[in-house]
Amino acid sequence: MRVWLAHHLDATRRALRKLAAAPINTLLFLLAIGVALALPAVGQMLLANASHLTDSTPSAPQISVFMTHGAETRAVAEVEGRLRKHAGVKQLRFLPKDETLTRLKKNPDLRDVINALPGNPFPDAFIVTPGDGSHAAMEGLAIEFRQWPKVEHVQLDSDWVRRLDALLKLGRTAVMLLAALLGCGLVAISFSIIRMQILTHRAEIEVSQLLGATEGYIRRPFLYYGVLLGSGGGFVAWLLVGAVALWLQGPLSELAHLYDLTFELQTLNLRDSALLLGLSATLGWCGAMVSLRQQLGKFR
Amino acid sequence: MIRFDRVGKRYPPGADALSDLSFEVAEGQMVVVSGHSGAGKSTLLKLIAAVEKPSSGTVLVGGLNLGGLARSALPYLRRRIGIVFQDQKLLFDRNVFDNVMLPLSIAGFPPRDAAQRVRAALDKVGLASREKALPIMLSGGEQQRLAIARAVVNRPSLLLADEPTAHLDRETAMDVARIFTEFHHVGVTVLIATYANELFPATRHLRLDHGKLLP
Repeated sequence: MRVWLAHHLDATRRALRKLAAAPINTLLFLLAIGVALALPAVGQMLLANASHLTDSTPSAPQISVFMTHGAETRAVAEVEGRLRKHAGVKQLRFLPKDETLTRLKKNPDLRDVINALPGNPFPDAFIVTPGDGSHAAMEGLAIEFRQWPKVEHVQLDSDWVRRLDALLKLGRTAVMLLAALLGCGLVAISFSIIRMQILTHRAEIEVSQLLGATEGYIRRPFLYYGVLLGSGGGFVAWLLVGAVALWLQGPLSELAHLYDLTFELQTLNLRDSALLLGLSATLGWCGAMVSLRQQLGKFR
Repeated sequence: MIRFDRVGKRYPPGADALSDLSFEVAEGQMVVVSGHSGAGKSTLLKLIAAVEKPSSGTVLVGGLNLGGLARSALPYLRRRIGIVFQDQKLLFDRNVFDNVMLPLSIAGFPPRDAAQRVRAALDKVGLASREKALPIMLSGGEQQRLAIARAVVNRPSLLLADEPTAHLDRETAMDVARIFTEFHHVGVTVLIATYANELFPATRHLRLDHGKLLP
């Protein structure tokens, strides 16, 4: 156990020594890996924020049923009764026209306009949450409701949320593809760097083999080198994502303020940060492993 | 300790470096292998260190048949053998201390014990005061003594040396020969391939000629 630990400590020390031996090169390698990883990481951060935004909006599909202006109470009650009995309706909320007027009067931007109107321009309305949220089922219900007496207009709500969801799904796929491509790039970068390291340390490897070094002893510092490069690059990417979040926060807050919203851009959470570091370290290790397999075979 | 049984070594495209070689070396012997250049001295040492595999016959070292030895077992055999290479194979980007430390790091010695052993080995070959120097700063004789220190720091039971006095002046060569003799006196089996056999007080001589053992 002590020998095993000593070997691993020694390998880590040798890997760190190799990194420190050419600091400018190391920094450039870390930056190259960091930038490559930062692209999908920033994409992931923006998507996570967009998802968070849509999660906080009512995304359950709804249908708004507007009565004709001045529909009698009896007609409204009849429509309400039909809706309550309808098998396709899961939830129902009645919005009386007076309540709508009161609510809108509270809005300082609209108050003057509303007060200038001679009467209440709003109709009574129902907000219907259907049992089946599919577009086809909702369309069917809307067609049916439109045929009922005293129903003026039926509107399918939440379409924009669905469109945004579809866009987010597309964005996620794009980020995954980008991450996969740049991940392959990271393996390739790590492969070439380790190959260069192996060739630079060729004499040391050959002498070590002659003095009784095992394959593991020879491989270990290069594997650690790959892991350190990968995780170092991951850390640079994490810093870049933080910097991008900080940079975007101002303009996004300004934009959100224009819509009367408060919005704080969240940087990568703990899970995503750990994933970024773990994945980058693993990819660095993979590149090193492939390089070692190819290069060390030539020394036997 | 070492047994060669009808050993042959052929390099492509078909040149015989050694042919039908049979001999035994007992523990504690100091053997000088001599012969002209190209007689097969280095090949013989490479077969003992399992750097090369025999084309025919059997090589036994410490009871192990090297022809059938798994690749994974090779490192452990080499740790039991100290080798002084003809071209020394020193690491010129490491100082004297780190060069001698290498076999101990490979064997997984605790750093403190290893450092003591390194200093003892350097003291033995007269390089105790040069441990911080880079090999390039050493003279030819000092580089050879450094190679010896690295070979013996593991306290091997078998010490192999390929032309350890080549390119050295007579006085330095005698110094190097004295170091090998001292190791032989403490029970180490020593095999030296050399053209300068008169420098070594060998207990046995093996003379090679065109890959064959002379009687």
